[in-house]
Amino acid sequence: MDLLNFARGPGLQLALLVFCVGVVWRIAGFVLLRVRRDFNEPRKSLLKAAGGGLVTLGSRSWPHPEFIGRTGAGEALGYAYHLGLFIVVLLFAPHITFLGSLFGVTWPALPNSVITIVSVLTFTLLLAVLFRRLTHRVLRMLSNFDDYFSWFVTTLVIVTGLMATAHLGGPYQTILGLHILSFDLLLIWFPLGKLMHAFYIFPSRAINGALLSRKGAAS
Amino acid sequence: MSNGHAVPAANLAPAEARTPQARELGAMRGFAREIGALSAFRLESCIHCGMCADACHFYIATEDPKYTPIWKVEPFKRAYRREASAFAPLFRLFGLAREFSGEALEQWQHLLYDSCNLCGRCSLICPMGIDVAALIEQARHAMFEAGLAPKELYEKAAHQRRDGQPEDSSEPYRDQLLAIGSRYGVDIPMDRPQAEVMLTVPRTDIEHYPQSVAALARVMAHLGVSCTFRSDGLVAENYGYYAGGKDWQREISRRLIDQALVCGARVLIVPECGHAYTALRWEAADLYGKPLPFAVRHITEYLAEALDAGKLRLRKAAPGATTFHDPCQLVRKGGVTDAPRKLMQAMGVDLREMKNHGGFSFCCGGGGGVLDIERAAPLRYRAMENKLREIDETEAKTFLTSCSDCRRTYDDGKQHFNWDKTPDSLLELVAASLDTTTKEATA
Repeated sequence: MDLLNFARGPGLQLALLVFCVGVVWRIAGFVLLRVRRDFNEPRKSLLKAAGGGLVTLGSRSWPHPEFIGRTGAGEALGYAYHLGLFIVVLLFAPHITFLGSLFGVTWPALPNSVITIVSVLTFTLLLAVLFRRLTHRVLRMLSNFDDYFSWFVTTLVIVTGLMATAHLGGPYQTILGLHILSFDLLLIWFPLGKLMHAFYIFPSRAINGALLSRKGAAS
Repeated sequence: MSNGHAVPAANLAPAEARTPQARELGAMRGFAREIGALSAFRLESCIHCGMCADACHFYIATEDPKYTPIWKVEPFKRAYRREASAFAPLFRLFGLAREFSGEALEQWQHLLYDSCNLCGRCSLICPMGIDVAALIEQARHAMFEAGLAPKELYEKAAHQRRDGQPEDSSEPYRDQLLAIGSRYGVDIPMDRPQAEVMLTVPRTDIEHYPQSVAALARVMAHLGVSCTFRSDGLVAENYGYYAGGKDWQREISRRLIDQALVCGARVLIVPECGHAYTALRWEAADLYGKPLPFAVRHITEYLAEALDAGKLRLRKAAPGATTFHDPCQLVRKGGVTDAPRKLMQAMGVDLREMKNHGGFSFCCGGGGGVLDIERAAPLRYRAMENKLREIDETEAKTFLTSCSDCRRTYDDGKQHFNWDKTPDSLLELVAASLDTTTKEATA
C-alpha cells in the first residue's frame, strides 16, 4: 500500500476514530464532574439568564468598545486566518468532494486560483500569528507545547496542500499523500490540544454569559 | 517564577508555617475541592490568547506579563491537566504539565493577592467567555489551604472568625455605633428582638466614616422601617472571602445569617461595601447549603426600590458636576448598576460618566483585600493612576461612590498623589437630601 492509499484509507479511518472517541472522551472528562447547585437568589429568571447567555455568545465575537483599542489588531489577525482556513477547507472543490463522501452533501466551490491565493494569504497570516506568539511578551509567557504543536499541525496541512496544488516538492501522489497524512495528524491531535476550542467556544460563552446574566452582572 | 520575572517573597502569618511538601499537598487539596464541571470547563477553554491582560489595570499600568489574569491560575491549570483532565495520564507520561513546587507556589501569592482585586474586568474580555475572576477566586481558596494567604488577610480573617470583628478595637463595635448615634443625633437601632430589616456596617465606616453610619440610620428612620443592627453580627466585610478561606468565609457569613434569623429579618442590608455584597448576596447561600430565608440587598438597591415604591422622597441636591465610581463587586459582578444612577437622577445630580463606567469601570485598586496588604501599596498606586486620570477627565467637582473600601482607597490615593478630589458617599448624599417636608405635609 502506497503512502496516498494509506493516508486516505486506514490512516484516515484511524484518525477519524481517534478524533471522534477523543472528542467525546475529553468532553465527558469534565461534563461528568459534579455540578454545584446555586442557592443564591437570582436577579433574573432562568429564561432571561439563558437569553443573556445567547447575547454573550454573539457579543464576544466582537470586542467591547472599551477594549478594542488594545485588542483590535490581535483579534483582526485571529479572524483573518480563521476565515482563510474556513474558505480553504470548505470551498476548495476536492475538499467538497471529500466532505460530500462523508456527509452526503455538496456545495459550489471557489475557483482553484482563488483558493491558492487565499491559501498563500492564510499561510502568511499563520506565520504572522507565530511571530506574534514568539515576540509578544504575554503570549510567549502563556504558550506551551500545545500552542506550538497546534500551530504546527494546522500550518502543515496548509503548506502540504499548497505544495500539492502547485506540484512542488516531489511526485503529486506523494505530496497529496503527505497532505492527507498531515490532515490525519491534525485529526489525531485535535482532541488532545487547544484545537478543541472549536467545540468549546460557543457553549463556553453561553454558559458563562448566562451565569453572569443570572446575577444581572455585566457580560 | 518560571518566566524569570521577580516577585516579592511570600508574606505569611506565623500560623501559616508549613513545609514545601505540606504546601503542595494543601494547594492540591484545596484545588481538588474546587474542581467541578464548570471550573474544569473554564480551565479547558483557555486558548492562551492573552487578551485578559488588556482588561487588567495591573497589566495596563505595568505592561508586565506576569500580571496577565489567566497566568495567575497557571499552577492550577497545570494541576487540572495533570491530575483531573480526560487525558491526565498522557500529560503525566509526556511531562506536558509540569508540577509546581511548594516554593514556586509561594511566589504566586503576589499574583493572586497583591495584584488582583477580584474585580472581574478580565472576565468581560475573554473571547471564549471564561469567567477568569471566578477561577482566580478558586485559586485563592487553594492558596489558603496551602497556608499561602497574605499575613494581613489571614490574621484579620482569623480574628473575624473568632470574634466577629477583624481586629481589636478600643471599644467594641457595638458601643462605637451607639456613640456614633449620640454624636450625630440619630437613633441607632441595636439588638431589637424583631425587625423587618437587619442592618450591617462596614468596619471601614466605623473607623473612618462614622457619618456614613449615621446616614444609614437616618435614611432607615426616614423610611419608617422596623430595623436593627445586631451586636453579634455587625460587620459586613468578610475577610474569609478576601483570604480565600472558604470554611472561614462560611463561618463569618453564618454569624450574620444566624442573627438575621434570630430577629426574623426579611431583608439583610449590605451597606456601602462591595465585597460584602458579593460574599452575602452571591456566595452566602451556597456556603449555607440552601437558600437564605431572607433577601440580601445593597443599600442603594434597597433605596432605589423604596424610591420606586414612593416611600423614599428626595430633594434636589446640588453637588455640581458629579462623577460616580462603580464599585466592581456591586456593578460589574453584582448587577447593581441602575440603582445608584436612579438615586442620583432623583436628586437631580449632574452625572458625568467616566470613559469606562458601569460594568466596564476600572477598579479603584483596593478591592479584594489589596488595600489591606501593605507591601502591595506601590503597585496599587501605579494601577490607580489610570483611574484617577479618568476621573479628572470628567471635570466633575464632586466624586461619589457606594463602597467604603473604594472610598478609603481613593482617600489614600488622594494623600499619596496629592489629588484634589475627595471621594464622597452616595448614601450620605441621599441622607442629606431626604425630603422631610413632604412627609410632614402628608402627615
